Amino acid sequence: MDWEALRVSLMLGGGTVALLLPFGIWFGRLLAVREFRGKLLVEALVTVPLVLPPTVLGFYLLVTFGARSPLGRAFQAIAGQPLPFSFQGLLLASAIANIPFVVQPIQRGFEAIPLDVRDAAACCGLTPWQRFARIEAPLAWPGILTAMMLTFAHTLGEFGVVLMVGGNLPGQTRTLSVAIYDRMQAFDDRGAGVMAAALLAIAVATLMVTTALARRAGRRRG
Amino acid sequence: MADRRLSVVLRQAAPIPLDVDFTCDEGEVLAIFGPSGSGKTTILRSIAGLYRPAHAVVRSGTAAWSDTGGRIFEPPHRRAVGFVFQEYALFPHLTAAGNVITALGHRPRGERRSRAADLLTAVHLSEHAGRRPHELSGGERQRVALARALAREPAVLLLDEPFAAVDRAVRRRLQDEIDALRRTLDVPLVLVTHDFEDVLRLATHLLILDGGRMLARGALSDLMSRPDLPWLRDAVGMGSVFDAIVSRRDRQRGLVELRFDGGVLLAPDRALDEGTAVRVRIPAREVILATSEPPGLSLHNAWPGTVSALHADAQADHVTVQIAVGRTLLLAEVTRDAVTRLRIEPGARLHALVKSMSIDVVG
Repeated sequence: MDWEALRVSLMLGGGTVALLLPFGIWFGRLLAVREFRGKLLVEALVTVPLVLPPTVLGFYLLVTFGARSPLGRAFQAIAGQPLPFSFQGLLLASAIANIPFVVQPIQRGFEAIPLDVRDAAACCGLTPWQRFARIEAPLAWPGILTAMMLTFAHTLGEFGVVLMVGGNLPGQTRTLSVAIYDRMQAFDDRGAGVMAAALLAIAVATLMVTTALARRAGRRRG
Repeated sequence: MADRRLSVVLRQAAPIPLDVDFTCDEGEVLAIFGPSGSGKTTILRSIAGLYRPAHAVVRSGTAAWSDTGGRIFEPPHRRAVGFVFQEYALFPHLTAAGNVITALGHRPRGERRSRAADLLTAVHLSEHAGRRPHELSGGERQRVALARALAREPAVLLLDEPFAAVDRAVRRRLQDEIDALRRTLDVPLVLVTHDFEDVLRLATHLLILDGGRMLARGALSDLMSRPDLPWLRDAVGMGSVFDAIVSRRDRQRGLVELRFDGGVLLAPDRALDEGTAVRVRIPAREVILATSEPPGLSLHNAWPGTVSALHADAQADHVTVQIAVGRTLLLAEVTRDAVTRLRIEPGARLHALVKSMSIDVVG
């Protein structure tokens, strides 16, 4: 069992959720409640990472992060190290790859709130921020929960993007899914098997917890 | 008296055409009546600041809520509006009490819970304070919505088709409760409806809306006794509406005697106590005009009056006659032939005859 790989995987999963959630809530809600020109194009762009092969996405991200790109140069200047093949680079790549997983469920969650209910909140004297915190977010909670679960589980399982952007540096960018591949290449079936089982257990546990939370939220509402 | 007057001017060509201009004083109930899709709800939403028409002036007392010319726009949460939505729009994740408390943000934190309990008691829902909307019936949800709207201590109360989603029996009780409420509440009340029964039961004033355009507005009895509103004839039938008080109940004859501003009328007994204020509607088709009071009829109601106006509809073969009985104006629909034969013209003195069975008493 590669505990370091497990640690990197969990940190990457948790970090991606933490990094992406504020953006996902803001953007998902925006897509749900606003009508604007070019909305269809924006929605299509948000979905692109879902349909691209992870290697293609990884390739483009690598080019974007590279030392010849403005982003890569800026990161190098600030952090003193290149963005690709670092945990930070991996985290950023993972966040971009997971945009559809976080935006879409949240968008559906906010879309499910009837217009009248939002209007009623305003007529109750709640400021826009209070409306969000006390009415909209609790009602969109099942969608937010689904987004968190999907992002976390998907990040744990991500392989192509990780390998392309992060490589395979122990303690830095070697995640559990890459470590499993590594073990298989070394004919260590037992090592791969243990880690595969661990990943499976984490996935099942994540699903159980989210389902239980979503059910509880649903019961309160009838 | 005018310190809480709501005054509204809304104009817009598209996407939703609007052309209305009205006021509503405290204690008044203005019913906005018209077919579905005539822009009724848009008017309420514009008053609340939930919709912004191209041109809008909305004032509540001295406060300017909207003034497109002066670039004034108060957002909805800064307008003291109590809004009861058509489908109630309760917050599904909060209890009945929680829904009401949400609208009590202007009160000190420590008072909110007890204030919400008082409001729920006022709408007869104190036992259900801990229930969530899905555990309540349609009528109960409606009451929570009403309590929530009142919690805001609104300067204007807006009701959007408040009875559309409840059954007939519940509707009657809610109508009575809102009517009782209106008497204790000193705010303008604007009610949107496509059901004329709501108008008859609750409204003091009426605004007729068609395709976003205001066809007529005024005090209910004034408007209903106008002979020149063919729209009303097509929608609900012509017929004057006026207030009366139950003066005597004659159980043996199965009749009730009502006193109105023009005399006394007899209607079928309807278990009404003496002294009850009621509203009377006399359909214009049911009124017979005669030059003298004929003897030997089964009729109970025959009043002398003076013709005050005539209106001949170009498309129809009949004439609507407005006749003043005391200070009450009745309408009668008669043929052109009858107008010639009886020489009906303004100032002519006639008798208006009405069967007691034809009189609608609402109360």
